[in-house]
Amino acid sequence: MATNVIAGKTVNVNEEGYLLDPKEWTIDIAHEIAKEEGITLTQKHIDVINFIRDKVLSGETLSMRSISKSGIITVKELYELFPGTPLKLACKIAGVQKPASCV
Amino acid sequence: MEKEEFPLKKVCIICSKGSLETVYPALVLANGALLEGIEVKLFFTFFGLDAINKKFNKKIHTPVVGNPALRLPGNIPFPTLLGILPGMEDLTTAMMKQTMNKLDIPTVPEFIEYINAGGGEIYACKLAMDMFGVKRKDLIDEVKDVLTVGEFYAKCGGQGTQIIFI
Repeated sequence: MATNVIAGKTVNVNEEGYLLDPKEWTIDIAHEIAKEEGITLTQKHIDVINFIRDKVLSGETLSMRSISKSGIITVKELYELFPGTPLKLACKIAGVQKPASCV
Repeated sequence: MEKEEFPLKKVCIICSKGSLETVYPALVLANGALLEGIEVKLFFTFFGLDAINKKFNKKIHTPVVGNPALRLPGNIPFPTLLGILPGMEDLTTAMMKQTMNKLDIPTVPEFIEYINAGGGEIYACKLAMDMFGVKRKDLIDEVKDVLTVGEFYAKCGGQGTQIIFI
């Protein structure tokens, strides 16, 4: 287990930079991780991040379908907001584990 | 000498059958690749065309005849003779789809929407369309083009590319 200082706070991270404890997450950390990934967070990003955190912290499995059905964002927008690897990137910024679902 | 790594950059997936257990793996692999930032070309041929046919893509079924791995809940074997009864395929498919819905597995049209949104390219096989009398207008709008096998191969080039035939 490694620690990293993000936005002035020491947090536990895995080797890929995902936060190990979602409770250590703050919005400043989100902005900092996003910046490292080349993303400037907008309100839309934050809405998605909050949705992911709610879902994961309540113990539900995150899937593309749940995001698509949330009404917050379309799948196309998700790819635009978090380019490349949308679900992984959004989870990383949201301070939760890498999604464990195949869908 | 340090071992060189060649990460997967592009997958070209060929879906050749129209049953649920063929169409879904193709769609799951395609969608999963896009989520990992891997480029996707998806080619539907033969009975696989049903997955991109407006009339049939909501009716992809599980075969109940000649499918030895099919079992009833509780792992009770499903005899092929039972499969020939009218409505059995509908019933089995409905049960399968219910379970899939619970697991948040997208439907075929939903998957197509996600793949399209993620920049995955969907193609139809010209020969199969000619054989089955399928017209371009019968296919869903997300189909980018109708290709010959040669034209499809031309899109499968580049280091880090794999072709997956299902």
